[in-house]
Amino acid sequence: MADLPRKFHDWFAQRGWSIHPHQQDMLDRARDPSLLLIAPTGGGKTLAGFLPTLVELAGGDHAGLHTLYVSPLKALASDIRRNLTVPVTEMGLPIRIEDRTGDTSATRRKRQRADPPHILLTTPESLALLISYEDAPRMFAGLRRVVIDEIHALSESKRGDQLMLALSRLQEMCPGMRRVGLSATVEDPAAIARFLARHPDPCEIIHADPGPDPDIAMLETDAAPPWSGGGGRYAIPAVLDQVRRHKTTLIFHNTRAQAEIFFHELWLQNDEGLPIGIHHGSLSREQRLRVEAAMVAGELRAIVCTGSLDLGIDWGDVDLVIQIGAPKNVKRLVQRIGRANHRYNAPSKALLVPANRFEVVECVAALQAVIERDLDGDPRGPGPRDVLCQHILIRAAAGPFDADSLYDEVRGAGAYAGLSRADFDACIAFVATGGYALRAYDQWQRLKQGADGLWHLRDPRTAQRIRQNIGTIMDADLLKVRMKNRRGGTPLGEIEEGFAATLTVGNTFLIGGQIVRYEGLREMIVEVTRRPDKEPKIATFMGTKFATSTQLSERILRMFAEGDWPDLPAPTRDWLHLQRERSQLPQTDRILIESFPHEGRAHTCVYGFAGRNAMQTLGLLLTARMEEQGLHPMGFVSTDYATLIWGLDMLVHPEPLFDRAGLRETFETWLAGNAVMKRTFKQSAVISGLIERQTRGQRKSGKQATFSADILYDVLRKYEPDHLLMDITREEALKGLVDFGRIEDMLDRTAGRVDHVVLDRVTPLAAPLFLEAGRVPVEGSATERLLAEEASRLMATAGLEMDPAAEKRHWRAED
Amino acid sequence: MNIVNISLRSAHLQALGSGALHWPERRVLVVSDLHLGKSERMARRGGAMLPPYETHDTLTRLDADIARCDPDAVISLGDSLDDDAARAGLTPDECAWLARLQRGRDWIWIAGNHDPAPSDLGGRSAETLTLGPLTFRHIATPATGEISGHYHPKARLAVRGTSVSRPCFLYDETHLIMPAYGTYTGGLDWCAPPLARLMGRRACAVLTGKHPCAVPVPRRRAA
Repeated sequence: MADLPRKFHDWFAQRGWSIHPHQQDMLDRARDPSLLLIAPTGGGKTLAGFLPTLVELAGGDHAGLHTLYVSPLKALASDIRRNLTVPVTEMGLPIRIEDRTGDTSATRRKRQRADPPHILLTTPESLALLISYEDAPRMFAGLRRVVIDEIHALSESKRGDQLMLALSRLQEMCPGMRRVGLSATVEDPAAIARFLARHPDPCEIIHADPGPDPDIAMLETDAAPPWSGGGGRYAIPAVLDQVRRHKTTLIFHNTRAQAEIFFHELWLQNDEGLPIGIHHGSLSREQRLRVEAAMVAGELRAIVCTGSLDLGIDWGDVDLVIQIGAPKNVKRLVQRIGRANHRYNAPSKALLVPANRFEVVECVAALQAVIERDLDGDPRGPGPRDVLCQHILIRAAAGPFDADSLYDEVRGAGAYAGLSRADFDACIAFVATGGYALRAYDQWQRLKQGADGLWHLRDPRTAQRIRQNIGTIMDADLLKVRMKNRRGGTPLGEIEEGFAATLTVGNTFLIGGQIVRYEGLREMIVEVTRRPDKEPKIATFMGTKFATSTQLSERILRMFAEGDWPDLPAPTRDWLHLQRERSQLPQTDRILIESFPHEGRAHTCVYGFAGRNAMQTLGLLLTARMEEQGLHPMGFVSTDYATLIWGLDMLVHPEPLFDRAGLRETFETWLAGNAVMKRTFKQSAVISGLIERQTRGQRKSGKQATFSADILYDVLRKYEPDHLLMDITREEALKGLVDFGRIEDMLDRTAGRVDHVVLDRVTPLAAPLFLEAGRVPVEGSATERLLAEEASRLMATAGLEMDPAAEKRHWRAED
Repeated sequence: MNIVNISLRSAHLQALGSGALHWPERRVLVVSDLHLGKSERMARRGGAMLPPYETHDTLTRLDADIARCDPDAVISLGDSLDDDAARAGLTPDECAWLARLQRGRDWIWIAGNHDPAPSDLGGRSAETLTLGPLTFRHIATPATGEISGHYHPKARLAVRGTSVSRPCFLYDETHLIMPAYGTYTGGLDWCAPPLARLMGRRACAVLTGKHPCAVPVPRRRAA
């Protein structure tokens, strides 16, 4: 056992603390090349990660950078700096600690490169930028340890892949560099360990005491949840009652729009004026900081929030977490619950509020999963190649490189361990020449191979452009919202450009809990005035629309197989019994399809349980196939568990619709032209460096030089459908918004076993789907027709018909 | 063929969904801002290496419009080449293709701001051109009866909760501004100040696409 130096021992003793077993373990294994700590929130995780660093630096004989700390949040980097400074100052340790993020000033950043601190706290993007400089080896000389915080969150996105590629570069500069990952509880720690360690180094996993089981239950309400929809408005009186009975409550929502609506409604019923705030990623920085400060100061009794508070700092004295809406994912639910009660060894308290009757089932299933500690998650696929392309560019910006060495280096990142040389070479070719069959850019290629065999930038000025485009986070095109004021009023937050385009002067929407009136757009800023009296339109925020996890969906299907459900509240229980009586309940290994007429239209409901995104894609694919079969589908709507399709003709033989080869083909041909695929393409096009990020300045100037990535997608599809980026797009479409992979899982699970139940009316389980928002019309030329309708309406409103003869001439449309 | 009829200074014009303007009476076809060789120029300047198929694609569409309208004259309204050097980036095949399109008809390259009118690509060059009541030039002036390009106007409409964005023609009683015809061309919002200053109060737009349609240009609002 490694002894804690005297100074440290005394410091712990003075505070009346003793070292946690996992902190001691971390100290004992400080020499391991890789180490993963799994600990619940509040378990002294950060100190466990830094203790070996502080001990090693206590002697004062280390020059230069010693430990690099990387976290997914800028706020976490500055918070940890403050927290670390306390023991360092109190023990009088000769250690310099600084953070470096996008918010750090240019002079400070420059100085950090020349004279780095002992401990540098940063984000994956700032680190990627650092390794793109030619002087990176000098700055990182002496680096001994890298601590990656919240690694479970990073491992779920491309930011993590970028980080691991950056570490593979650092490892080459500093062969003795050791890696430490700090993670919340996850379903597959070994997968995170593989992701963290240099391949094929071993990586020991240390488990901290997980603490007592959480105290978790459903919130009891007087009113029963509604049949459909989200938001949980019905539960507001019960939620307010809980807020009253606790010190500080976090009220989590799955989407920003729902958080806004709930917050608005909550205040309408908050007769006592309990101090309640709102926090989500689309609010302005100022707004969020104000709420955070009020919370730390203990001035707020509750905060309505979204995933923006999933990670990070210990917020004040939270003693209750309320989750509104089905949790969709057990692991995230557990992490959210962990936000309550940061005192070690006290149980966290949480309440679930299903937003509708089906979600009652999902909440019960999630409760059972939490109690059984059965977490969910999708296995990590191979490292994405668009991120690799960006890494190659970053490497080139730092100076000439040898392709063989770079290939060996990147395979040191676990996610890229299986990368074939051919795939790697294709990425190099793409970065160098665009990788087109038509070798158009041989003269102007971005990278050239010199006589020495090394690759270098043709034009050194390209390095600057590469640096400006670093990162894998894709912001939707957002516009700032500000109060209208001659000198530029208070910033409120951001809304999507697409939403802004649907607003006309006088429209109202909710942001930060206020109803505001759209006044106009000035220099790409949405100007609004306060308007408390009108029913608002709701701002649409991109955010991620979480799909119910595979494991949770299967748990629900297993629940359906039971004879009765004593755990379910009576309305939901009766509803399921009624469904069983009228039709049947969906089963794990079969696809249930119900067909019935309703209001003069044929309806078909497919219970695929593949999650929202996949069910949406399935709706697109099935309606395309039904169109081919002459069934005249007119529209569909999807939820996490089912897709309801309506049209003119009744479906008689559903089996051929689910034929795998046919669905695949429809996916490859028809869906390939879809807007969701284009969005997927755009993300990879930006990450891989095919197109540059648009800065706010460029958009503000309204420059006409930039054009939509959709055009590039269409051109590639037409002229070079096998291009690397198209291949990457197809791979990405297996997950994320398109999520075709889960459709394939569904086909595997059910292996062609289709139960088609034909009825004379709507079934109980299908009924709520009729109330769902987000209906998608299916019309070959829907957009064209809608446009024409809108155009004639506008012309008529504007009184632009002119004389009848002219009108006739103006409106003749020849086909 | 889908068209929208526009009258300008007694000339009866047809806006095509492709972004070309047809004047049947005079057998004239007008296109603007072809920006041939754009991807080549971007790569040359160390920018993105875009799919190098846009010249091919632009010529394919132009070929189809010419076949359909069979004009006696084609006017390319400036910024035909993305810049001076883009001429060198055109392949022999592409030059031959252009020559074939020019055969048997008058072909006028109007000078643009990206390029002086190309001198060695067949046809003839001019700063401006006047035909009957209409004047053709690259950048709009206050003169009436003028057809111009340059701004790449693009319309945006809210349709059932989503927004649709399309290159568009803009016209009022005295002016018509063409959409960009080239495959790789962005757009300037139809309400942006330079366009708002040029167009009168009763300005309309024709949205390009499979079924072109006319829409009044909104006022005091830009997105």
